[in-house]
Amino acid sequence: MSIQTPNGFTLDNSGKRIVVDPVTRIEGHMRVEVNVDANNVIRNAVSTGTMWRGIEVILKNRDPRDAWAFTERICGVCTGAHALTSVRAVENALGITIPENANSIRNLMQLALQVHDHVVHFYHLHALDWVDVVCALKADPKATSQLAQSVSDWALSSPGYFKDIQTRLKKFVESGQLGPFKNGYWGNASYKLPPEANLMAVAHYLEALDFQKEIVKIHTIFGGKNPHPNWLVGGLPCPINIDGTGAVGAINIERLNHVSSIIDQLIEFNEKVYVPDVMAIGSFYRDWLFGGGLSGKNVLAYGDVPEHANDYSEASLKLPRGAIINGNLADILPIDLADPEQIQEFVIHSWYKYPHEAKGLHPWDGVTEPHYELGPNAKGTKTNIQELDEGGKYSWIKAPRWRGHAMEVGPLARWVVGYAQGKPEFKEPIEKVLKDLGLPMSALFSTLGRTAARALDSEWAGRQMRYFFDKLVANIKAGDSATAFVDKWKPQTWPKEVKGVGFTEAPRGALAHWIKIKDGKIDNYQCVVPTTWNASPRDPKGGIGAFEASLVDTPMSDPTQPLEILRIIHSFDPCLACSTHVMSPDGQEMAKVQMR
Amino acid sequence: MRKLSSTRPRVLVLGIGNILWADEGFGVRVVEAFHQSYSVSDNVTVLDGGTQGLYLVQFVMETDYLIVFDAIDYGLSPGTLKIVENDEVPKFTGARKMSLHQTGFQEVLSAADLLGHYPEKLALIGCQPVDLEDWGGPLTEPVKAVIPEAIRTAVAVLKGWGIEARARSGGIVPSLLGNDLDFDNYEQRASRIDHLRTLP
Repeated sequence: MSIQTPNGFTLDNSGKRIVVDPVTRIEGHMRVEVNVDANNVIRNAVSTGTMWRGIEVILKNRDPRDAWAFTERICGVCTGAHALTSVRAVENALGITIPENANSIRNLMQLALQVHDHVVHFYHLHALDWVDVVCALKADPKATSQLAQSVSDWALSSPGYFKDIQTRLKKFVESGQLGPFKNGYWGNASYKLPPEANLMAVAHYLEALDFQKEIVKIHTIFGGKNPHPNWLVGGLPCPINIDGTGAVGAINIERLNHVSSIIDQLIEFNEKVYVPDVMAIGSFYRDWLFGGGLSGKNVLAYGDVPEHANDYSEASLKLPRGAIINGNLADILPIDLADPEQIQEFVIHSWYKYPHEAKGLHPWDGVTEPHYELGPNAKGTKTNIQELDEGGKYSWIKAPRWRGHAMEVGPLARWVVGYAQGKPEFKEPIEKVLKDLGLPMSALFSTLGRTAARALDSEWAGRQMRYFFDKLVANIKAGDSATAFVDKWKPQTWPKEVKGVGFTEAPRGALAHWIKIKDGKIDNYQCVVPTTWNASPRDPKGGIGAFEASLVDTPMSDPTQPLEILRIIHSFDPCLACSTHVMSPDGQEMAKVQMR
Repeated sequence: MRKLSSTRPRVLVLGIGNILWADEGFGVRVVEAFHQSYSVSDNVTVLDGGTQGLYLVQFVMETDYLIVFDAIDYGLSPGTLKIVENDEVPKFTGARKMSLHQTGFQEVLSAADLLGHYPEKLALIGCQPVDLEDWGGPLTEPVKAVIPEAIRTAVAVLKGWGIEARARSGGIVPSLLGNDLDFDNYEQRASRIDHLRTLP
């Protein structure tokens, strides 16, 4: 039966149903079911999170000053983003301010996370959806060298270098030990790169793997340790002792110089490797413009990277803030996370219970009461679902909406907002990418556009790191070494009952935590994470979320190999994507694919 | 950078898993307890790896001998401890999916190998979990009960490698996990919710 969604998509679930489980572990696991028509074009998509995440149960009655440490354990990838969001929420609730140095250092840590996450996501999780590793064995190292030198002046580009990479890869493949490359649909017709581009990408996969180790050292330096760096309500736990030598944990000249050198390296890596690779790969996929989904219609960005400490207004935030509805780029709508009418979460299709199912709840009043039941048309049993019924409850993910609209969040969303605002630092790089690929503006709203926006985001973040590093050093030289304000540290100084909200742009999109504090303890805590926005199930009006929207109308070259589904979903960088390539018990498949 | 024969081997005692997720927290809780009860020389690092996945590659690459604790589905009875060593540790995905982090951690091992820095000696000390799905829940009793045995096993493995772990004789040892996440504070307030809330 064909239906029209209120947000402009046509769904038809009459065709063959394909179940891909898991696509990735997100908030637990994620599963996608699609219906394809006779030509193997996706006509209906159902995205479900299969694991409950009840952070508020864990946090209830704990000390708000410890919340960051719990929330950074939610997810293995954006630990720092959760920690930063949490300390901002507590500071917002209690009216706690932070020093300028803490603002600069938090920005440096957040931007380092952006670059690190984007680089690892592209090379180690997403590139293999575009790059055929086995095909790289057929490449001519000399021609690969010529290709590499034509896209940038990165030093590692000699024929001998690529020959060496190819030999290492060959050894891996021939031993039957593909390692991280094991679970790919190598040879699938949806892979379009020539062997040389594949080999160049494999070389950069290895370089990125080696280089990402350097980026995280910034977290070790400022956070005292890694993994799980330390954060602090009111600033940062690391003191600045600029003339100090060897003081444990203190930031001194030696450590600052180390940070500066890493920033130089990551700027160069972005400019000479990451962005050119995305452009080179993109040029072979310029005809594959599927997966746009909501990106050309509804996007949401909270903004981040404050220029001035404690100023979270749009004017102070260097990453764009605003909402766009119905593709109207001329009208950027202001957002207010404290307004109960704006962000609301719905559960009519989620395995939770609300007093009124058709109504949404603002996160401050959020309720997380599990209620697991399958719709009447589901196939299988509660403990062994063969096919979900999207007409009933079908996901452990709630459905957040902005003024009732499903929204896409992430690098593409924030770059679309920045583009619409006419800010040259966002508008010009987008125009250049489209021009260099010979594509119209509409092509931005695609899987390729999402992947390109992430690369531009990484490049932007690297340059901002240089800016905030210089700002930090200038401020320290001017005699300010404060990294924390502790005047409101003690709960005795707090009001009896308060609430607050903290937000960031996590690598994968808009992230916010809402907190209520009562008698010095956490009374309610709700996180709305980027993947909740993007992977959300349907809302009471039938509006579909970003994942579902992006899959609809995509043709599959071979439904038994869901490469296109993985490529599109991976382009959102879903949470816990480190576990994306999940294998079946026999270790042979990337995902279980069932056709019904 | 392979170690020179004259230098001491670099050793990593690593716990992985999600402490918010019942028995998933096994690996991290073992290294926490190991740190409480044993002191080690400065060539030995005791690390709470959490769910960092691929981001742990740098630690593995800088290690000559590696011990990993994790909750592993061996299909044995709950709380059973099992150790696998060296080539047995399924570097390239064995016949069975063994651990919730296996793909993540196997990728870490493969990545370290691809980059030419694979640990010389390797031991995986795993525990069969009871419950991996209780968010905010504590370790289950059978799993909690084998923590001392897991530590003894690790101490024996280390000894076999010529590495000494010395039992601490009292005094205050700061926990590896702060901010109320340490075992006692986390567990005393964590409570089970008996809803069916996951798809199998």
